[in-house]
Amino acid sequence: MSEKIIVIGEAREGMLRNVTFEAIAAAKQMNANAEVVGVICGANGLDQQAQEMIYHGADRVITVEHEKLDKYTSDGYGQAVLAAIEKESPNGIIMGHTAIGKDLTPKIASKLEIGLISDATAIEMDGDNPVFTRPIYSGKAFEKKVVTGGIVFVTIRPNNIPSLDKDESRTGSIEAIDVDITDLRTVIKDVIRKASEGVDLSEANVIIAGGRGVKSADGFKPLYELAEVLGGAVGASRGACDADYCDYSLQIGQTGKVVTPDLYIAVGISGAIQHLAGMSNSKVIVAINKDPEANIFNVADYGIVGDLFEVVPMLTEEIKQLKA
Amino acid sequence: MNIYVLLKKTFDTEEKIAVSNGHIEEDGAEFIINPYDEYAVEEAIKQRDEHGGEVTVVTIGDEDSEKQLRTALAMGADKAVLINTEDDLEEGDQFTTAKILEAFFDGKDADLILAGNVAIDEASGQVGPRLAERLGIPYVTTITSLTIDGEKIFLDKDVEGDVEKVEASLPILVTCQQGLNEPRYPSLPGIMKAKKKPLEELEIDDLDLDEDDLAPKTKTLDIFLPAEKEAGRVLEGDIGDQVKELVSLLKNEAKVL
Repeated sequence: MSEKIIVIGEAREGMLRNVTFEAIAAAKQMNANAEVVGVICGANGLDQQAQEMIYHGADRVITVEHEKLDKYTSDGYGQAVLAAIEKESPNGIIMGHTAIGKDLTPKIASKLEIGLISDATAIEMDGDNPVFTRPIYSGKAFEKKVVTGGIVFVTIRPNNIPSLDKDESRTGSIEAIDVDITDLRTVIKDVIRKASEGVDLSEANVIIAGGRGVKSADGFKPLYELAEVLGGAVGASRGACDADYCDYSLQIGQTGKVVTPDLYIAVGISGAIQHLAGMSNSKVIVAINKDPEANIFNVADYGIVGDLFEVVPMLTEEIKQLKA
Repeated sequence: MNIYVLLKKTFDTEEKIAVSNGHIEEDGAEFIINPYDEYAVEEAIKQRDEHGGEVTVVTIGDEDSEKQLRTALAMGADKAVLINTEDDLEEGDQFTTAKILEAFFDGKDADLILAGNVAIDEASGQVGPRLAERLGIPYVTTITSLTIDGEKIFLDKDVEGDVEKVEASLPILVTCQQGLNEPRYPSLPGIMKAKKKPLEELEIDDLDLDEDDLAPKTKTLDIFLPAEKEAGRVLEGDIGDQVKELVSLLKNEAKVL
């Protein structure tokens, strides 16, 4: 069915995010023979990113460069991406389910009066029709969903659909199109970087999460040290955020972020049902907790009953030695 | 100021989810205001108290949705509207919801529309931006701060932990993120007053909508529970040895190191 699929690329600090490559792989899963057309927007210098998309499986890429696309706004990117969609008339559109993906895709779907399946974690084919699996109730259940007609429009959750291997022998055309970007009704005056130290939670392969057991903001230090040796990100339970040990942006759970890293290390987290909803689909879960009765041990693959302030630094040392 | 809040009832976060015949079992479940919509209700009340005007909470649901609307009225909202689709619509999706709300807002002259950034049940986060697009007004999602000065609005937007300082003008639609405020509990006098506040009930006929215009663009084929996870291994022995064993298991058995 889908003969042409647009993948909307997304960069962070000038680098394409992994989920963009995962979206290309998703397009190939939907139809191995489809032409995959990347679309990227920005102020300038997009050719490098376009080339990266081609190395990861895109057949060609459309770039939209405009000074008003320096920072993401729904108005600016909306106009740019819609222009590319209009030009290409695709059968499918895929983007990552990231902050930008969540913000932009409903606008486009609404404009085109089409359906949108958000946050898919898997794709299977029913004949020519893709069926998407997506978590509902924060991962307490899943649904299988299809579009009933028209363009197949989907956002995919980072870290769930493996990207294709980078192949630098791949070639494809890069075409810059001119779009007259008008009327930005929301203006970004400033960006305060809080999260950019380290890895973003939603895309992290390894997450070290702390709960009330960490006892203070200072108590998070050993968690950050462990995250550093593992190349991971630090998260938290609602309890830890409510107690002001860390920012709400780190919260994992039914309210907060839902994550599926390869390795989730829960430190001093009791495992309330709301927290489990946010992390229980992680591939491997380790629990470190003083309380042997803590609920978190029921979902953990491996558990250590002990004082986190003793266990975590030892774990950091042990992994340092392993990696040395 | 003419302030509207989009509200959805959801399962209580404490609820375990049961599935029968490809549907979520709702019997006996406790329902609450979607937690992110609570931030929207709270913010609407705060802004009204500061700038004057009126707060109207709107929900699409069934007759049981009155409970969550009354809670919002008890918190301090002025009016409530229940768009009851129980008898008219068998299924709907975010397209359907946005289309109904578009019809509802026709001629309403809203200055500010607030919604939760996501509902914790279906979690698509689509309805706010879809509606704004239909209404031709700008939107900002996942806000953690909101200040109005005349026609100008200043917002903090959470972007995966970073904060964007955003400036725009009214009218606008915003979706609320955790950290925006601390939603109040309804007070006893608030609960008493809420019983007398206006709650209007509409059906899709009242909005000049035809069922055919509302046909969903997506369809759920099945709902299922994740595979039950087997309880894992709690390690034993000297803590130092446990840590060594854990690293070895992560490397050799789980293969994640």
